[in-house]
Formats: sequence, C-alpha cells, structure tokens
Amino acid sequence: MLRKLRENKSFQGILLISPTLLFMIGLLILPLILTTIISFGSRNSDGGVIYSFTLDNYIRLAGFSTSCDNGATSCFDPLYAQILWRSLALALETTIIVIILAYPLSYFIARASAKRRNTFLFLVLVPLWTNFVIRVYAWMMILRTEGVLNGVIGAVFGFLHIPFTPLNMLYTPGAVLVGMVYEFLPFMILPIFTSLEKIDNSLYEAAADLGANSIRTFLRVTLPLSMPGVVAGTILVFIPVMGTFIVSDILGGRQVILVGNLIQRQFLDARDPTFGSAAALILMVMTLVVTYFYTRKFGFGEEIVIG
Amino acid sequence: MNPNKRAPHVILLTILVYFFLYAPIFVLVTYSFNASKTNIVFTGVITQFGDLKLVDGNVMQSPCGPFHWFCELGKNQEVMNAAKNTLVIAFISTFSATVIGTLAALALQRYNFKLKTFSEVALYIPIVIPEIVMGIGILTLFSQIFSYLNNSFGLSGDGRLGLGLTTVILSHITFSIPFVTLVVRARLQGFDQSFEEAAMDLGANEVVTFWRVTLPMLLPGVLSGALMAFTLSLDDFVITFFTNGPGSTTLPIYVYGLLRRIITPQVNALSTVWILVIFLAVFLLQWLQNREVRS
Repeated sequence: MLRKLRENKSFQGILLISPTLLFMIGLLILPLILTTIISFGSRNSDGGVIYSFTLDNYIRLAGFSTSCDNGATSCFDPLYAQILWRSLALALETTIIVIILAYPLSYFIARASAKRRNTFLFLVLVPLWTNFVIRVYAWMMILRTEGVLNGVIGAVFGFLHIPFTPLNMLYTPGAVLVGMVYEFLPFMILPIFTSLEKIDNSLYEAAADLGANSIRTFLRVTLPLSMPGVVAGTILVFIPVMGTFIVSDILGGRQVILVGNLIQRQFLDARDPTFGSAAALILMVMTLVVTYFYTRKFGFGEEIVIG
Repeated sequence: MNPNKRAPHVILLTILVYFFLYAPIFVLVTYSFNASKTNIVFTGVITQFGDLKLVDGNVMQSPCGPFHWFCELGKNQEVMNAAKNTLVIAFISTFSATVIGTLAALALQRYNFKLKTFSEVALYIPIVIPEIVMGIGILTLFSQIFSYLNNSFGLSGDGRLGLGLTTVILSHITFSIPFVTLVVRARLQGFDQSFEEAAMDLGANEVVTFWRVTLPMLLPGVLSGALMAFTLSLDDFVITFFTNGPGSTTLPIYVYGLLRRIITPQVNALSTVWILVIFLAVFLLQWLQNREVRS
C-alpha cells in the first residue's frame, strides 16, 4: 500500500501542491465567489449583508437611482459611470506616459556595459521597493502650495524679478496623474529592459549593413522585438492603476474619486459592502476584458516576473 | 555597432527620468532633518546638540542634534509597535509562503496530476486582478465567518473573533505564494537532474536526495523567492488595509493614517530609515543573483 503510494506520481504531485491549493481556493477563489454572491444581495441598516437576488447594485452603478432629490421615483445620475470612465481613462493615460518615459531609460540600461548595467538597474529597484505610501507622501510635500516645487519656481521667478503667486497643484487631477506615473514607472522599466537586453547586437549590425538609418532600425528591429516587454509592463501598470485608491486619496483629496476610492468607501465609511462588491466585480471585469484583448493582440509577455 | 547607442536624446531622457525617480526621495530624506516642527517649509537643519530648545515651532537644539526626529521616532511607541507587527507578519508569511511555494514549484515542474492546469491558472489570479478586489474579497470572507462564529457561540466583548495579525498573515501568505512559485520554477527549469539520479544510484533514498542534493542546488532560487516574498509583505498596503484589525497596524498603514492628520518630520525620518533598509535589501538581492550568475 505505502509502496504503491510512493510510486504514484500523480498522488505525490497533488500532495505537494495541496497547501498551495488550500490557500488559493480558501483565500482567493472562495472570496471572489462570495464577492459575486453578495454583489447581488442587499444590506440591512447596520451594514450587514442580506442574501437575496437583486440587480439593484448594478442598476445603481449604471446610474439609475431610486432615491432622488426632487421626490421622483426614479432618476438618472451618471456619477458612478463617470467614476468608472475616469478610472479607465486615467489608467490608459498613465500607461502611455509611463511607456514613453520608461522606454529610453530601459534602452539606455540595456545598451550599457554589463558592469554598469547592474548599477543602473539597482537605481531603478530602490524606488520600486521603497514603500508605496511613502512615495505618495513625497509628492504631497512637493506639490502642496507651500511645497518644494512652488518654492523652486518662486525662487527662479524671484531671481528674474517676475511676480509669482504659488500654484495650487495638490488635490488636482494632474497631481493624481503625476503620482500614478511615479508609482508605476519602475514596473514598466524592468520588463522593457528584459526584452531589450535579449536583442542580439548582430541584428543592429545587420540593419546598419543593409543601409537602415537609426529611425528605421528602431522601428523595424528594436521596437518589434521589445513588444513582449511593453506588453508585460502594460499589464503590470494598467491593472494596479485601475484599482489603486491611495494616490487619488492623498494627492486628489475629495476632488478626484476613482473606482478604488468608491469601493474602499463602501466597505469602510458607507458600510454598504454589497454595493462595494458590485463595483469591485465591475472593476475586475473591466481590467480582465482590456487585458484579454490587449494580450490577444500582442501576445502574453514572459517578462511579467519582476525580480 | 548600433547607431542609437550614444544618441544624445536617449542620454538626456535617461538623466531626466532618473532625476524624476530620485528627486522625491531626496526631498523626503532632506526634510527628515528639518528644524520646522510643522514640516511645511524647510527652515534648515538642526545643528546644535544639547537640551531640547524650541523657537517659533523650530527645533533649535536637541540632544540628538540633526538626528532629532530619528530619536523621537525611536521613542514613539506606536511606531515601534507598527514596526514590530510589520516584521512579525513579514517573517511568518515569508517562511510559510517560501515552503509552500517551493513545494508547488516542484509539483508543477516534475509531476503530472489532475489539478495541474487549475493550479497554474489559480496561481496567476493574484497577478491579473486588482489588489483591491482580493482585499475586499478576503475582508468579506473573514467578516462573514467571524460574525457567524460570534453569533453561534455567543461570543461577546474581548472574546469576539475579529481581524488581526492572523488574518493579515494568512492574506500575505496567499499573495506571496505565486511569486515564490514563479521564481523557484524558473530555477527548476534549468536544473540538471543527473545529480539526483547519481545520488539515487549511490543508494540515497528520496528524502536524503532531497535534503542533500535537490535543496542545496535549489537554494539560490528559494532564497530569491523568499527575499521577494519578504519585500512584498513589508511593502503591502492594500491587502493589509482591508485585513488588519486593532493591534495589527503595520508601518504602511500607520503612515497612511498620519498623512490624513498632522505630519511632523518624524514621518520623514521613518521614510529615511525605510529607504535605507530597502537599499540594503536590494543590494543583498542583487549580490545573491550576481553570485548565482557567476557560479
């Protein structure tokens, strides 16, 4: 009996994977199923969940409300649709800016000599692993009205004898965008670097021998071969930006509300977990749909592992 | 050679991006030596050593000199508790996730079994869904379980079950396992199995072979996986935010709470210490990886 088990490869495999499955099913798949179930439920007065089947939360998300200001029985308020759209637009903007900033840097690192390459990579990893909250705080210090940036601009203007009133930069959509770009830039640099590093030098030489100029070489050789890195980086940036709530919370104040803030408030302040769950599910579906079509068009990058 | 290599616009953009990456860190560190208690404007570094002396909200003199806020930080009981929680969570979850994730990597790389595809898909879920979705899911699960147990056993007051260190640790193990598995599996892919076969031929059984041959050869991969799990745990905000309870505040949660109140340069001092620790950790990680490449 024991001998038989020892020779049963399938059983051994299951045995080795079972602790992982316990965690993945118990604390990942089960919570997702539960979230789906309660998103169709409703809440009682003290924030508890009533298990039922109603589409109310989704109807509310789509903008139809039953509690209207003017006493009507139903009205249309696109507030939540606007929040979803704003989050999507911000995630796309952030991803595009991050690609533009990350590409030249990754290119520079990939072309550097092997010894220097490690130093340059090290310089990217340090901000990456510096705590997320601390990095948002740094931008709060820079952007606020009495902050560092206004101080620097004011000093320059003062030197040139130009009158200057400090700009209100904190708690604006621009501040949130800068914060997001800063937070997620390293996540784009590393995968693009990995794919650029793999390009053999002889390909550049061949392109030059065949008479391609630098722009043509870039468009026909470098860019296509580095696409897996760009795709992996996009996934690593786009998905978290869609769900992040700290950046908009700290740098956007109450001015910029993203879907992450909406969900967080339902669970902590508004005490309506059923509505929060519906919003979370919509968020998940949105990111999965965009990621699915994007990876189907460009392929799934192997560069997804950062480390 | 590649004509783009020394293109001036590439170099210029590189310098600008590095500046963008490091300017905020420089600001954080500089302000941790700020004399101003309100920390809005930089009023200079505290230069005098001696008994604490305040003038107009500026620290003129401190027993710790320029390191005044670091000393205050050391005296801050809340910070020390948060630091302790952060480390306890990171060590326990790293150890568990490393063991569990390494076993999973072995299973996926070397065995064929019924749930293999399912396991591979499940391990990708934390990477492709937003963290907040996982956070609220775990929060909902725990709160439903706890309210059910509290009601059915009539628990009340301090006896009530609730969110705390245990729930945070369990959640951290969950999001760390996939990363450990990915790293260890990558190592296993380039693994020469003839060493293990040789050990078996020489009469070692599976257990001895595993401890004396497989594990030592896997160790660099396991260590980088562990270091990654450790940094992920230290750094985590979102999952911890939803799963922590009274008495299980971690440093990122503590800092987040402060950002919505009054911020003294203590927060900057904390950031500076944090950046230093990360600097050393990344250095160690790179050193490990370079050593692995060379051998």
